[in-house]
Amino acid sequence: MSAPPAHGSFAVDAVAFWSPTLPGWSHARAAFRDEEAPLATPVKRPAPDLLAAAERRRAPDTVALALEVAAAAVRASGRDAQSLPSVFASTHGDLAVSDYMCATLASSPTLISPTKFHNSVHNAAAGYWTIATGCREASSALTAFDASFAAGLLEAASQCSADDRAVLLVAFDVEASGALASVAASVGLLACALVLAPSAGANSIVTIDWELARERVAAPAPRSAAARSLAGNAMSGALPLLEAIATADRGGAPLALPLAPSLALRLTAHALVATEARS
Amino acid sequence: MRGGTSALTPNDFGVEPLSTWIGRVVGVESAPLPNALAAWECRNDRLAWLGLNADSFIDAVHAARERHGAARIAVVVGTSTSSIGATEDAYRALDADGRFPADNRNPLVHTPHSLGMFVREALALEGPCVTIATACSSSAKVFAAAERMLRLGIVDAALVGGVDSLCGSVLFGFNALQLVSPEPCRPFDAERSGISIGEAAGFALLERDDCGDGSSPRLLGYGESSDAHHMSTPHPEGLGAERALDDALARAGIDAAAVDHINLHGTASAKNDEVEAKLIARRFPASAHASSTKGITGHTLGAAGVVEAVATMLAIEHGFRPGTVNTRVLDPVCGPQLRTAGTAGAVRVALSNSFGFGGNNCVLVFGDADATQRR
Repeated sequence: MSAPPAHGSFAVDAVAFWSPTLPGWSHARAAFRDEEAPLATPVKRPAPDLLAAAERRRAPDTVALALEVAAAAVRASGRDAQSLPSVFASTHGDLAVSDYMCATLASSPTLISPTKFHNSVHNAAAGYWTIATGCREASSALTAFDASFAAGLLEAASQCSADDRAVLLVAFDVEASGALASVAASVGLLACALVLAPSAGANSIVTIDWELARERVAAPAPRSAAARSLAGNAMSGALPLLEAIATADRGGAPLALPLAPSLALRLTAHALVATEARS
Repeated sequence: MRGGTSALTPNDFGVEPLSTWIGRVVGVESAPLPNALAAWECRNDRLAWLGLNADSFIDAVHAARERHGAARIAVVVGTSTSSIGATEDAYRALDADGRFPADNRNPLVHTPHSLGMFVREALALEGPCVTIATACSSSAKVFAAAERMLRLGIVDAALVGGVDSLCGSVLFGFNALQLVSPEPCRPFDAERSGISIGEAAGFALLERDDCGDGSSPRLLGYGESSDAHHMSTPHPEGLGAERALDDALARAGIDAAAVDHINLHGTASAKNDEVEAKLIARRFPASAHASSTKGITGHTLGAAGVVEAVATMLAIEHGFRPGTVNTRVLDPVCGPQLRTAGTAGAVRVALSNSFGFGGNNCVLVFGDADATQRR
């Protein structure tokens, strides 16, 4: 009963971000630092180079989003995509594909599209990522409802520590569509990816200490106006940590993300002085 | 499993049932959730509740909660479609505004983590709680994620498991892929004609090696990998599956020659069984008894990992390796390891294979209570 609190640390080698008004980490980072405004006119969903032209058009939004940020993060990390195990976190998975499946089952079940069916699995984005990059490392896909980002981060951090190797974390949710919108709350598109490493290296941006704490906490509200404008997406739980990474050089307060009703994942981001000086 | 009998029955699930056979759990319809859990009503959570109440499992979890504290026990469960069946029902009964009907509008049911949240609440656990959803490897991978949490001291125990229930999505979805058999599935049969879909709930309580009275089976290792090949077809040479096998053997610190039994993924799909049979034939000695239990249970999809992990541990505990039920004539690609008949005899080390859509592979290694000493 009196076990020591679980804790650990990891380095973040790269961050990627995509939303229709902040399509890229450099823009998002500046916006989370209150140095730039989000785009006034949202851009269309990303079209990741990793997919063949036909797939780029046909891929579900979750797949397009996840591959866009995963590729950007891996590129920025300087690592080889084939060397990275991956964890894909999404609250609801692809709500548009689920809407299609349920609507078609209600009207003409024998007309279900086989492609839509295999795209309906929660690990569709993980599958497309590993296929597109030729990565044969482990890939996982998970959900923890409103704690999905925290749970994905804990899983990625555990893999990173347990096996002493870098891990790719991808987190995303899309807009609720069709009748599902009456029960699943999610607005717009939001995706981020982090490359976690067991310890800081030449490319690392920040180090993060984490700790499990027995406390009941509310999800922290984003601090910047830019992040607040994205709060309706089901993966908005990622925003406070992304803000903390974006502003780590200013010395940030520790965060506590709810992991379960009476359990929090405490996170403290530390800027890496050398990296700041270099950039 | 001892009797070699199949639990598959002609498909009678839902409206306009397809002509196929299913592994349907009898009595789910007449087993409502207790009042305190009524908000979670759906077939999948009912099945989870039936599973939790089997074999004194709840008592074991309560004892672990006393030992470690509720916050030191993780819930790591796997599913493929979770409670999507309830969402399908809602789509057949939308109100005049195109919204879900008032009696089926609980957001916590219409989302894949419904399973994890239900189990956490049903057993009053307060540790990390996550639902892994990697299709048919989901509830094998829960063992890997839980082992990491235990190794790192994040928790002192983990409730792992998996639940998937019959629903239109999987019956008509696998039908669209032409993977559903019109007869009871015949894994590794030369004339196999596809899968039989089943439903199940399975759970296990994991603790570190030094817990308990030393008589429990051991999780010796796990291997995880990706095919990097195709969303719904395995790599033709089984490269992903072999990589997971190598990872599992390496983590367990054993050689393939030490394996007494393998519970195969063996779905009875043409491609899976061909690729998996060749992998077993080239990697294991003839003494390894390899079989698929899917002719008994059907393919329980996201629950298959834990169902077959439990079958594997039962093989160790009872010294009986099940046969491959329904199979008449083995495909010539099978090696001598592939058995249609069950066999009695000590099982010290056994594997369970789980491969899923997206090319997601997981191999688990279990050993008898003395296995960790022998290593």
